[in-house]
Amino acid sequence: MKQVFALLSGLIFGFGLIISGMSDPAKVLNFLDVFGTWDPSLAFVMGGAIAVTAPGFAWLTRSRSRPFFDTEFRIPSRTDLDPKLLTGAVLFGTGWGLGGFCPGPALTALPIAATGTLIFVPFMLAGMWLARHTPDLSMPLSKGATQ
Amino acid sequence: METEFTPWLSLGGGMMIGASAVLLMATNGRIAGISGLTSRIFARATDGEARGVSALFVLGLLLAAPIWLLVSGEWPQQWVPSSPLLMAAAGLLVGFGATYGNGCTSGHGVCGISRGSMRSITATVTFMAAAFVTVFVTRHLIGG
Repeated sequence: MKQVFALLSGLIFGFGLIISGMSDPAKVLNFLDVFGTWDPSLAFVMGGAIAVTAPGFAWLTRSRSRPFFDTEFRIPSRTDLDPKLLTGAVLFGTGWGLGGFCPGPALTALPIAATGTLIFVPFMLAGMWLARHTPDLSMPLSKGATQ
Repeated sequence: METEFTPWLSLGGGMMIGASAVLLMATNGRIAGISGLTSRIFARATDGEARGVSALFVLGLLLAAPIWLLVSGEWPQQWVPSSPLLMAAAGLLVGFGATYGNGCTSGHGVCGISRGSMRSITATVTFMAAAFVTVFVTRHLIGG
């Protein structure tokens, strides 16, 4: 059952991206272009999404001890701000500003098979793989730095 | 290139994204963060069940546009930058940055902010700022 709902959630997410216009990089890039052809739509997408998710999550975690078809709510518990978070965010934001795609819209737009998307997605997957195999560069070296 | 401001469609679509995040949390107990779900499909450390759920969510994303085509008769409207070098660099930065920083627009921007997570709020402000600066530089300083 949980698998059915995972698929359904992905579908609804994809339709949400298409209807909101976010599967179109032109709209995303125009949101980021305040001093040019500005299109504020993306703010309404974020607003609408948070307006549903915030009360939804709060209600779920208050009224239930576990999900309907699983054993626990896997909610991140970290509160520290580490350099990795900030480095990742700067790199991600730069790529987002260059291509107008973040992971959800890129995957949703993949079947439309525009040339730019067909190049973007494999490189995105490669980047994800690389990040999983990159040690935390901000951590002090434990070996060698013995001065 | 100008795009039409679509407040109602964007608000409605955004609410669907929120509904999807709540549905996934309610049924599977997982954050609807696309970079996390996607990278988990390929990670060796992922257990089989998490891999299956992540893969099915991503499959749902991939099926949305083809179903849209079947129902409406046309692909969703889009314009995608076509420079191969630019899109390769953008893809690499987006994939690496999102996974290295533990989240993207959905995981930090939607789910994290909804939880009031300081980490996610900081990440979202940071990547938004980086994206605004990038577009300003490419469109107004060098692209002019």
